[in-house]
Amino acid sequence: MPIQYYIFLCLTLFSIGVIGVLTRRNAIIVFMCIELMLNAVNLLLVAFSKMYHGAALQLSPTSTAGIDAQIFVFFIMVVAAAEVSVGLAIIVMMFRNTHSVDINFLNRLKN
Amino acid sequence: MSTLEIIFYALSAFAIVSAIMVLVSKNPIHSVLWLILVFFAISGHYVLLNAQFLAIVNIIVYAGAIMVLFLFVIMLMNVKVDNEPQKKMIIKFIGALSGGSLLLLLVALVKQTTQLEGKQVLMKEGTIGLIHPLGQALFTDYVLPFEISSVLFLSAMVGAVIIGKK
Repeated sequence: MPIQYYIFLCLTLFSIGVIGVLTRRNAIIVFMCIELMLNAVNLLLVAFSKMYHGAALQLSPTSTAGIDAQIFVFFIMVVAAAEVSVGLAIIVMMFRNTHSVDINFLNRLKN
Repeated sequence: MSTLEIIFYALSAFAIVSAIMVLVSKNPIHSVLWLILVFFAISGHYVLLNAQFLAIVNIIVYAGAIMVLFLFVIMLMNVKVDNEPQKKMIIKFIGALSGGSLLLLLVALVKQTTQLEGKQVLMKEGTIGLIHPLGQALFTDYVLPFEISSVLFLSAMVGAVIIGKK
């Protein structure tokens, strides 16, 4: 499978995430769109790692080139899990204070 | 068309349609359920690329843990569907336009590059996605980031508890 197909797929998913962040006002949905963007990047990293690995296999059959990208994806997932736990705690606190999950409430932070 | 291509196109279409439904759904719970479907499609892509460890971790961590957390929070808040404030139509249009322009720009950029011509992704072969090589790399070359990530988890846990207690 040519690498371009994977790039186009991931770009589409990433752009859908960007559109979601720009057009929705529910803080939870905005958060979910950020997760979508993270996953698009993860998929592209794995595709690139396999591209690199395929090229390296032709030079030496025992090569493990490209394994770094998959480790990287693993760490992205770890960081995303930590980020979600703190972010959702902040959204819950925001909901407790204002009884809404409107993202525009965060405008007040600038004062 | 080979079976591999059919599966690739089907999974891609499934992922994109589900991702659009995440945005379109009015009810946040439906959005979460569509997002879980996106994650399953992406896990299918990982299996297709023979990255089996990441496929399983994606399902366990994302579809299993993170999305359940989202569902818990949404059900805890009990947000009404018609209560959700909507952006103005013009803002929505501008947002969709800017996102579409970003997509167009990046696709044009990728189409122009000559370095990617003829590069093939290795499908369903290669052993780097299996548990044994990944675990070996994780506990030899990457053991320090692995330990640091545990500290990160601890601090995230403490942070969430402190923010939640107030």
